[in-house]
Amino acid sequence: MTEEYTASKPIYVQIADRIIRGIVRKELQPGDKLPSVREMAIQSGVNPNTIQRTYSELERMDIVETRRGQGTFVTENEEVLSVLNEKVQKEVVEQFIHNMKELGLSKQQMIESLEKYGKGE
Amino acid sequence: MIRFQEVTKKYGHGTALENTTIQFKKGKIYGLLGPNGSGKSTTLKMIAGLVIPSSGTVTVNEEAVTRKIADKVAYLTELDMFYEAFTVDGMISFYASQFPDFDRKKAYELSEFMDLDKNKKIKHLSKGNRGRLKLILTLSRNTEVLLLDEPFSGLDPMVRDSIVKSLISYIDFGRQTVIIATHEIDEIEGILDEAYIIHNGRIEGHCEVEKLREEEGLSVLQWLKKKTAGGSREE
Repeated sequence: MTEEYTASKPIYVQIADRIIRGIVRKELQPGDKLPSVREMAIQSGVNPNTIQRTYSELERMDIVETRRGQGTFVTENEEVLSVLNEKVQKEVVEQFIHNMKELGLSKQQMIESLEKYGKGE
Repeated sequence: MIRFQEVTKKYGHGTALENTTIQFKKGKIYGLLGPNGSGKSTTLKMIAGLVIPSSGTVTVNEEAVTRKIADKVAYLTELDMFYEAFTVDGMISFYASQFPDFDRKKAYELSEFMDLDKNKKIKHLSKGNRGRLKLILTLSRNTEVLLLDEPFSGLDPMVRDSIVKSLISYIDFGRQTVIIATHEIDEIEGILDEAYIIHNGRIEGHCEVEKLREEEGLSVLQWLKKKTAGGSREE
């Protein structure tokens, strides 16, 4: 089935986020080739122009590079990848803290909750 | 570019389209959204030269639309019109004989893509496969304008999915202008560049799909609901 997209973000950004997560999870390795624009459009159920925008955006962020006549590849630049890793982790942590704050928890309580979870309680 | 200039279409006492001025830019994919009876089909038929405006003008690439526009416009009707005794292959040959721009190779490729047996008789096809065949015949024409009237109507999710995938695979993005009239948006939202809402024969809204998310945080479906909320329609 074609994938679902949330309303709050442009679709090209959501697809870029998915690719970034794939890279962070190592499902996509440095130097791996991304599907062609048309293939990716079919997989994602979206207009190829949207994928073109996704790839351009990733290229602008130095996460991928397009080699003429060959396609689009995940960067092999270690520094870019480690910055990316940290950035994604930071986003996840921020989201977690935001959610916990909404529940009215203090920083101390969040730490306790995490420790408890870590011990499997 | 397709232009409607102050177009009105009346049927007897009813008005299907009222004083409408809109345009569809070359190479874009448009959704024409709205409930049944809102004027979507009438709009498409006027581009296809099958309905003549009561007043105003419709032009395709600056040429006033007449029935001869069929050379330049491929139209998928919401109705199901086939010769029952023909095979799929026979229907493909018939289309090829009617439209010089018909690409047989593409039709066979599409049949394979959609897993449709070309030796099967049309009367033995399931509803889903009839829907697929309609799309194959329309997409196999090399026209600048492609009009699809309710391509998903009454079809199950698997068929819808294969239709969306074949649209993405076989539309010539950037060259073909595609207008898809539908009230089922989920499937096609991702392939649209822009959308118009039509309601009671009037254009009630226009959006660029990605901008809508970026600026208003709305999906096309949410936008449609917001725009048409509370509006009852006259029959």
